[in-house]
Amino acid sequence: MRVLLDNFSKSFGTTKVIENMTLEVGHGEMLALLGPSGCGKSTTLFAICGIHRPTGGRILFGDRDVTDLPSQARNIGVVFQSYALYPHMTVAENIGFPLKVKGMPGEDIRKEVDRISGLVHIGNLLGRRPAELSGGQQQRVALARALVRKPDVLLLDEPLANLDAKLRLEMRSEIRRIQRETGITAILVTHDQVEAMSMCDRIAIMKEGEIVQIATPAEMYNDPRTAFVAGFLGNPPITFLRGVMANGAFAIPDSEIRVPLPVSIAASEGTKLMLGVRPEHFTPAGDIAVSGKVTFAETQGRENLYDVSLDGGPLLRSIQPVRHDVNIGDAVTWAIDSKGVLVFADDGRRL
Amino acid sequence: MAEKSQVSANYSTWPVILALSIVSAPLVLMYAYLFLDTITDTAVGSLIPDSFTLRHWRFLWETLPGKPNIWLVTLNTLIFTTSVTAVIVLVSSMAGYVLSRLNVPARGFFLAGVMVLHAFPSVTLIIAIFIVLQMIGLYNSLIGVILVKAAIDLPLGIWLMKGFYDTVPWEIEMAGVVDGASRFRVWRSLVLPQVRPGIMALGLFSFLSGWSEFILPQVLAPGGKVQVLSVYLSSLIADDNNFDFGTFKAVGVFYIVPVLIVYALFHKYLMNIYGGGSKG
Ligand SMILES: Nc1ncnc2c1ncn2[C@@H]1O[C@H](COP(=O)(O)OP(=O)(O)OP(=O)(O)O)[C@@H](O)[C@H]1O
Ligand SMILES: [Mg+2]
Repeated sequence: MRVLLDNFSKSFGTTKVIENMTLEVGHGEMLALLGPSGCGKSTTLFAICGIHRPTGGRILFGDRDVTDLPSQARNIGVVFQSYALYPHMTVAENIGFPLKVKGMPGEDIRKEVDRISGLVHIGNLLGRRPAELSGGQQQRVALARALVRKPDVLLLDEPLANLDAKLRLEMRSEIRRIQRETGITAILVTHDQVEAMSMCDRIAIMKEGEIVQIATPAEMYNDPRTAFVAGFLGNPPITFLRGVMANGAFAIPDSEIRVPLPVSIAASEGTKLMLGVRPEHFTPAGDIAVSGKVTFAETQGRENLYDVSLDGGPLLRSIQPVRHDVNIGDAVTWAIDSKGVLVFADDGRRL
Repeated sequence: MAEKSQVSANYSTWPVILALSIVSAPLVLMYAYLFLDTITDTAVGSLIPDSFTLRHWRFLWETLPGKPNIWLVTLNTLIFTTSVTAVIVLVSSMAGYVLSRLNVPARGFFLAGVMVLHAFPSVTLIIAIFIVLQMIGLYNSLIGVILVKAAIDLPLGIWLMKGFYDTVPWEIEMAGVVDGASRFRVWRSLVLPQVRPGIMALGLFSFLSGWSEFILPQVLAPGGKVQVLSVYLSSLIADDNNFDFGTFKAVGVFYIVPVLIVYALFHKYLMNIYGGGSKG
């Protein structure tokens, strides 16, 4: 079911958290709300599930205006960051609770619980209590409870934050699989860009209560609208060089570095600019050579990561296939790939 | 626990046990004599009992002159105590939830007010309460004294329950609401089970407090039909005509036996008051 936030605002007392946000999530789509801590992701999510009353605007599920409907009447499934399982109930009772509240007969509840616990692979745990489950198992129970009554919308608030790295990887694809299999509209709140990029059809990136950009992961990575977005996506993160416009090229004052810019970038001579260079665009293979000294080296197994301090002081990051001939302190001359660079105005706008 | 076993691993425990035994010996001795005296006769000036008798326990099967029947008194005490406990547990478990969770107007004022009431010595109110009860016709009735006792103990109960509710995570309630349960249902079947240790502790605490309450029933319900055990007991020593120390002691033993039983069965719940919070 489509979800539409129409000019949605939310403030707590005098603190305005969200102002006039408009966001549409298509039917069967999985959308990530991505942003740094405190930007209002959970607030938005809680407004969608009816725990927070919006202070302005409307919320629509399909064509139905649910703005004034209480949570109980919205038919949504929510997975909380802490899972919020009911500690005194068994797994089966936890999952069956939404159905029991609806007044479904016990026999049918059992059937539904069996069906859904098969889907999330916890059929053998039904008799246990939450305290007797591992983090990953609790996570699956929470997911099953959210899905059991066939909600119109599934909301996930940082569902993977409490899991260890390996489990996180596993649950990432699990959640995506289940979302695809059930065809449910889902909204995932996260501050982990990898999670957002790998799990979702589209990403809405938020900053201080506003959506900065909303696009597919690939689009957003290649074509970020602001320096904030560019900095948020990508691991290892992008590095920025500060400089000015000089003769149609980007130049760093007091240094030799010149990066020719496409003519489409209309900036007058001397304008301050920021040049975003992703680590994969600063390698021995680029076309604009720059020299510097390696200040940090780290191997990630398949690739090596280097920080290179340029002559003028600024830092560039490089990611390359593993090599053993470069160490911390070495002077290197590598090159920026001029086709891969992103140009931003001084205020962070993409040019 | 861990600390305790560590101590026993590194030190020998018998000196500690010995020291504690010596210190508590007089107490044990006093209790032993209390019981012994109820079933024996002792010559004046002697410490050694010289004959066995059930004379002091005769209050159990015959009504003492000028006193109400012991079983009626016991029944009254039971009614008084359980009613007080029920009222306190019921009201505290609801009021504590409201103060912990709902956005009631003047919440801070309520909390502070409840605290002040708790700190207020109830004896200072007793004359006023006496007059009020007499005016509304509840003087010398169990209902009246039950209401007063419950009201006086409620502040503590409400604060205690609020503390327990504060430890229950918000998310559980949000999950319940999203799952379609009404606010009442959420409280009843999701939150209440989390604070069960608190309810048990409060119930026990109220029971013990109600059982030992003396001054309120003494002043507000002294009549024979509504007398409770503590008042009965005190009337025994107050009565100069048939002064009988043995009977007084026997009634005393009779009076504390239920407390001992309750305490032995449930003392671990009482610890929760000081431990605070549920383990979920
Ligand atoms: N009940 C509340 N009362 C007042 N301010 C609140 C309340 N809830 C949230 N806020 C404020 O709203 C802002 C957004 O909070 P929110 O919980 O939505 O952040 P978030 O994006 O989910 O962050 P995180 O990633 O840390 O969970 C924060 O500045 C927070 O202080
Ligand atoms: Mg949050």
